[in-house]
Amino acid sequence: MITGLGVVAPGGIGTKAFWETLSAGRTATRPITLFDAEPFRCRIAAEVDFDPAREGLSPKEARRLDRAGQFALVAVREALADSGIADTVDRTRLGVSLGSAIGSSTRMEEEYVAVSDRGRDWLVDHRFAVPYSYPYITVSSLATEVAWAARCEGPVVVVSAGCTSGLDAVGHAVQLVEDGTADVMITGATDAPLTPITLACFDALKATTPRNDDPAGGCRPFHRDRNGIVLGEGATVLVVEEYEHARRRGADIRAEVLGYANRANAYHMTGLRPDGLELAEAIRAALAKAEVSPSDVQYVNAHGSGTRQNDLHETSAVKRALGAHAYDIPMSSIKSMIGHSLGAIGAIEIAACVLTIRNGVIPPTANLTEQDPQCDLDYVPLVARPQRTDTVLTIGSGFGGFQSAMVLGAADLEAA
Amino acid sequence: MTGAVVTGLGVASPNGVGTEEYWRATLEGRSGIRPIRLFDAAPYPVRLAGEVDFDAEAYIPGKFRAQTDQMTQLAMAATVMAFADAGLDPAGMPAFEMGVTVANSSGGIMFGQRELQQLWSQGPTYVSAYMSVAWFYASTAGQLSIRHGMKGPALVLASEQAGGLDAVGHARRQIRCGTPLMVTGGSDASLAPVGLAFQIATGMLSTRRDPSRAYLPFDRDANGYLPGNGGAILVLEDADAAEARGVPGVYGEIAGYAATFDPPLDDGEPGPDTAAYDPPRGSGRSPRLRRAAELALADAGVAPGDIDVVFADAWGLPALDWEEARAITELFGPRGVPVTAPKTMTGRLYAGAALDLVTALLSIRDGVIPPTLNVTEPAPGTDLDLVLREPRRRTVRHALVLARGLGGFNSAIVVSAPTTHARSST
Repeated sequence: MITGLGVVAPGGIGTKAFWETLSAGRTATRPITLFDAEPFRCRIAAEVDFDPAREGLSPKEARRLDRAGQFALVAVREALADSGIADTVDRTRLGVSLGSAIGSSTRMEEEYVAVSDRGRDWLVDHRFAVPYSYPYITVSSLATEVAWAARCEGPVVVVSAGCTSGLDAVGHAVQLVEDGTADVMITGATDAPLTPITLACFDALKATTPRNDDPAGGCRPFHRDRNGIVLGEGATVLVVEEYEHARRRGADIRAEVLGYANRANAYHMTGLRPDGLELAEAIRAALAKAEVSPSDVQYVNAHGSGTRQNDLHETSAVKRALGAHAYDIPMSSIKSMIGHSLGAIGAIEIAACVLTIRNGVIPPTANLTEQDPQCDLDYVPLVARPQRTDTVLTIGSGFGGFQSAMVLGAADLEAA
Repeated sequence: MTGAVVTGLGVASPNGVGTEEYWRATLEGRSGIRPIRLFDAAPYPVRLAGEVDFDAEAYIPGKFRAQTDQMTQLAMAATVMAFADAGLDPAGMPAFEMGVTVANSSGGIMFGQRELQQLWSQGPTYVSAYMSVAWFYASTAGQLSIRHGMKGPALVLASEQAGGLDAVGHARRQIRCGTPLMVTGGSDASLAPVGLAFQIATGMLSTRRDPSRAYLPFDRDANGYLPGNGGAILVLEDADAAEARGVPGVYGEIAGYAATFDPPLDDGEPGPDTAAYDPPRGSGRSPRLRRAAELALADAGVAPGDIDVVFADAWGLPALDWEEARAITELFGPRGVPVTAPKTMTGRLYAGAALDLVTALLSIRDGVIPPTLNVTEPAPGTDLDLVLREPRRRTVRHALVLARGLGGFNSAIVVSAPTTHARSST
């Protein structure tokens, strides 16, 4: 059961601002302001306007924490307050499963620049390193921060699976609650990839779009002229709670995770085959776990990263898994609005699904003015669609060949 | 509940590449701690570490070598060994029935530093297209799934030095959820200039120059630890599925697993000078490590008296050694169980600490507990039955393996002797 939600996303901080962005179909992609992106092929991104002090972080926290850590801390505080769980939980049965693809790489790069004299020295000068330098290279330090904020004493871990990290972290959390290891899991994901090194990585792969002259229209999933990812950043934290535990304390159950599965394509670290076989298998397995049939699915939150290979792969996978029903099910990509925040996005998309169910509105695929003829599903172009949904599917693909799927359902107090 | 049994082992360790090479060195007390050769360590106060003498070409095709850091290559080599050991050709197995959970802590940092240098000294167009897939934490899970055609659940777990055990615990869970075979374990290769520099800044490494007096866990002369590169991979199978395929032998069962977390010292946050987040001596706070061990024992359905050996986390800093010794003596009584730390011969391998599970399984197979190297005078008040100098003969039916990670992570696994198809010594 999902009983709390916290979101830091481009377009506005907090769950409310996040939903306003999505339901308005507003894009938050723009020219990069966080550093001088002039030498890069892709110079646009979806940035979070983030002032640590304004978001309640102490100067010490702002100093200690990388941007991804700061996002996570703000999101976990919102989620804890939202769930009202703080005083009622047995901390030994409270855990953390946090997703991140690239960890504290913002500060890591800054620290590298400091110890290497701006890249001049191979034998870097250790005397310029500080005690926090080391946590910036170990991704688990982000889980530590979240666990401290929630005062956990149960199982705490980071799940890293590239761009499906967020989905897989929440999936792991659900497994721990289901098998009785924990009563409550603080879960979700964070990433802050808008840094020179990560931009350079995506430039080198030509994975990001060169559409620098149209920042607001930069990410165009399922469009005939889409040509790459627009990077984003952010975090989402969810409180996942065992049903009886939530019911006993009278928690407001926002939605339920009904099923989850992950698979590997065992094909290529960055490439996808157009048949979508492994993603389809993840979807099938998640539906089977949820005991949900394809005809029950009322919305698909797509991976929709904005590349041709993804659009074809994902469209095939959804048809393969849902059969003829695929044509009747609305499917949209919120990356068109808030970009692709790597490991964080899977959790942000789960938050979008929870809000879709709660609000009875399906967020659109922005910028979709002309659909690729090879992509022949209902991608909810341009404007949000008021529609009640009780059962939704969210899917993701990632570097490493990871394919994940999760089924969420409306809170049903009659159940169990 | 169906058991998860270990049917294949692979090791790439500073004191031996290959399971039997590693095991022989470990029983003979041969250390892999040496002066660092991967780069010139002369400018640094720490010049000793556990490096792996490693011919990547012998295990890994060129196209995989070009796009991977050593952290991934160590796991790839160990996986090749583990499949061979398990008598399995993954190409002949149903792809969706094999998954991967491996641990990593610091990413592909040698590869990463090289590309950061390219970027900052020359510009973005000089950054390798392989940087993104070689450096990121999930690299090893992706490459292993591709190399061996494994399409089941795949991901990486990170909990600093506890990750190796957490990955195996996660793999066991996937087996219970219906994936019959999991490749699991962990690897890390933190030895690059920037990786070493950042580790030095924690203040937790030994700066001694004499390899025999540097990493001395539980010793009165404990003064920090030495890092090592390395990896260990286990093939974990559903016991019935292993039986059905005619498995050549079983090393043991992952019988119990648990993880706990240490909250910060007080309600506040740690100060900027707090390198160790774990409770210091005298803080009055009970270590959650003991609870992890208790939960793992309960999960395995065994009592403390059933445990024949404890493979200690053995951090090598007095306060942390004391906390662990206290957890062990509270659970087993003073000198109540043999305790050993063969990692004194490899350095601390971070996620590669899954190696302790391999060592425990080999102890079960051969009825012998390997020694803790270099420790001569246990610290006053530790009161442990440390296995020192010589291996100790003892029938091992259940072994407890402990691991901790910086930041508050505690994990414990109980490995138990197989009930059937036991491996015999080679």
